Amino acid sequence: MRELWEFTKLIRSKNAGPFELTFDIMFKDENCFREVMASGKLSAELIAQLYKVDRKQVRFWVIESLLTVKISIPRPVFSGDVDDTDVYGGQFHGPLVRLPVEAG
Amino acid sequence: MKKIRAIAATGNLSTGFREETLVRAVQQGAHFIGCDAGTTDSGPYYLGSGNPRGPREGTKRNLRLMIREALNAGIPVIIGSAGHAGGTPHLNWTLEIVRELARENAWHFTLAAIDSEVPKEHLLKAFLAGRIAPLCPAPELHETSIRQAERFVAMMGIEPIQSALNAGAQVVVAGRCSDVAIYAALPVLEGIPKHVAFHAGKILECGSAAVAQRFYSDCMAAELDQDGFTVEPPNPTFRCTPQSVAAHTLYENADPYHLVESGGVVDTTAARYDATSDRAVRVSGARFIPSEKYTVKIEGAALAGYRSIVVAGIRDPLVLRQLEPFLSSLRTVVERKIEDSLKLSRDAYTLQFRIYGSNGSLGRAEPCPQVEGHEVGLIIDVVAPSQSLAADILPIVWHTGLHHPIPEQQGLISNLAFPFSPPGADMGPVYRFCANHVWQLDDPCKPFRMAIEHL
Repeated sequence: MRELWEFTKLIRSKNAGPFELTFDIMFKDENCFREVMASGKLSAELIAQLYKVDRKQVRFWVIESLLTVKISIPRPVFSGDVDDTDVYGGQFHGPLVRLPVEAG
Repeated sequence: MKKIRAIAATGNLSTGFREETLVRAVQQGAHFIGCDAGTTDSGPYYLGSGNPRGPREGTKRNLRLMIREALNAGIPVIIGSAGHAGGTPHLNWTLEIVRELARENAWHFTLAAIDSEVPKEHLLKAFLAGRIAPLCPAPELHETSIRQAERFVAMMGIEPIQSALNAGAQVVVAGRCSDVAIYAALPVLEGIPKHVAFHAGKILECGSAAVAQRFYSDCMAAELDQDGFTVEPPNPTFRCTPQSVAAHTLYENADPYHLVESGGVVDTTAARYDATSDRAVRVSGARFIPSEKYTVKIEGAALAGYRSIVVAGIRDPLVLRQLEPFLSSLRTVVERKIEDSLKLSRDAYTLQFRIYGSNGSLGRAEPCPQVEGHEVGLIIDVVAPSQSLAADILPIVWHTGLHHPIPEQQGLISNLAFPFSPPGADMGPVYRFCANHVWQLDDPCKPFRMAIEHL
C-alpha cells in the first residue's frame, strides 16, 4: 500500500478568500495520476467525510492537462473567527498526505 | 500591433524583490509597474483595527525603487490594496510613505489616492435599497450588523484606477482593489481586450509565484497584445513553463476555470499555455464574459472581543491518557469559579482549550484527534467583552488547571508546564469578517473617492 504523497509533487491547502478552502493535488507524472484516479480513493465523498462537510458543498475538478485534482469546500470556520485554528488554511491538506492508495 | 508590457514588482509590497531584477525589467521596456499590497489571507485583524501589516521600512524600500525606476522611465506605478486591508487608515499610512520618499529624494510627480473605505451610512443605504447581495458562503448581514461593524471596504475594479491614470497620475495608490485590476487597468485603457488583460493580471498578481522554481520573491513581466500575452520572468535565473503558469491560475482560487471580477468572469476553460522559449510562455484562449450587472465585493470586519492566552505543555502520561475528561472537568470547575468571582455566566465569554498534538491545527475538522505523542501543547484561549475581563478570567483558568486533580495521583500536583513567567499575554482586540457580499453599482467609480496631489 502506497500513500498519496508518493504519487504527487504538490499537495496543498489554502484559503480561497476567508470563507472557502481550496486543495491542489498535483501528480508527478501521468502514471501516478492514472493510478490514483483508477483507485477511486480520491473523491468528493472522501473529502466530505474527512472534513465533515456536506457532499453537495464539495467542488471537485480533475484537470487532466495539468495532472491535477482541485477541490474546494466552504471553510468549517471562517478565517480568523474566534474559534478558527488556521487563519491561512495552509495545513488542512495534512490528512490527505498519507492517504492509503491501493495499487491500481 | 500595439503591445503593452506590464511589470509586477512582487507578489506583495511588503515582501520585496531584487533591485537588479526590477532595473532589468524596466530596461527591457515597460508601460507600468504594478504591485499588490494586500490580502484578506492574514485574517480580519488589519481591516478591523485599521493597522497596516507592515513592515514600514521594507515597504518604503520597495516603493522607493519602484517609484525611482518608474519616474526615470516615465511610466506609472500602480499600488493596490494599500496597507494590507485597503481602508482609509491603511491608505493614509501608504500615502505618508510615498510623500516622505518624494521629500527625501526631491521627486516631483502627480499622486492619486483612491479611498475604498465605505462609510457605514452609505452601505446601509445601499443595503436598504436592496443593492447588497450575499456570496456563498457569507456571514449574515443586516442593519444592526452593519451599524455595529468596525469597518467596510469595497473592492475596486479597473475603472477607478483608469480614472486616476486619465487624470495624469504617475503614482496611483489604491485602497482595496482586485489584484487583477492592478494589472488590467492600464492595458484595457490602451485597447488590450479584457480577456487578455484580466488573465494576464491573474498570472502577474503574485509576482514570481508563477515560475517553475521560486527561490525567493521577485518581479514578473508580461507582454500583452490583442490575442494573448507572453510571460517571462525578468530574473534570468527563473523560468516559466506552461505547467507553472497554468498551475498558477489555480492558486487561491476556489474555481480553476472561472475567475470572477468586477464587470465579468474570466473563463480559462479553453486557455492554451505554450512555451515560446525555455523560460517564456505564451498564453491565449481565455474568454471574458461580461456580467449583467456591475458589482463590487464588500469586505467588513467587526469586533468579536478581546483575547488573553496562556501557553503550556502537558507531559504526564496519566493526564494525557484522559486529556478530554480532564479538560472538560476543568472547564466545569472554572466556569463556576468565574461565575462566583466575576459574576460572568459562561455565555458571556469564550474559553477554548487548543490542544496541539490532538486537533490544534484543524479543530473540529480534524479526522484523527486522538493524542498519540508523549506530550501536547496547550493554549488556553479566552475571549471576553473587554481586555480587563479576559485578563481576569485567564489566571482563574490556568491556576485551576495547574493543580486540577486526576484519580491516579494523590496529593497536590502541577499539570501544566509554563515556558514563560508570566505564563500568558493579552492579545488585544479580536475581529471577525462580517461580510462576503457584492454591491450592485450603476457607476463603477461611485463608492471610490479619488484625490489628486502634486508632489
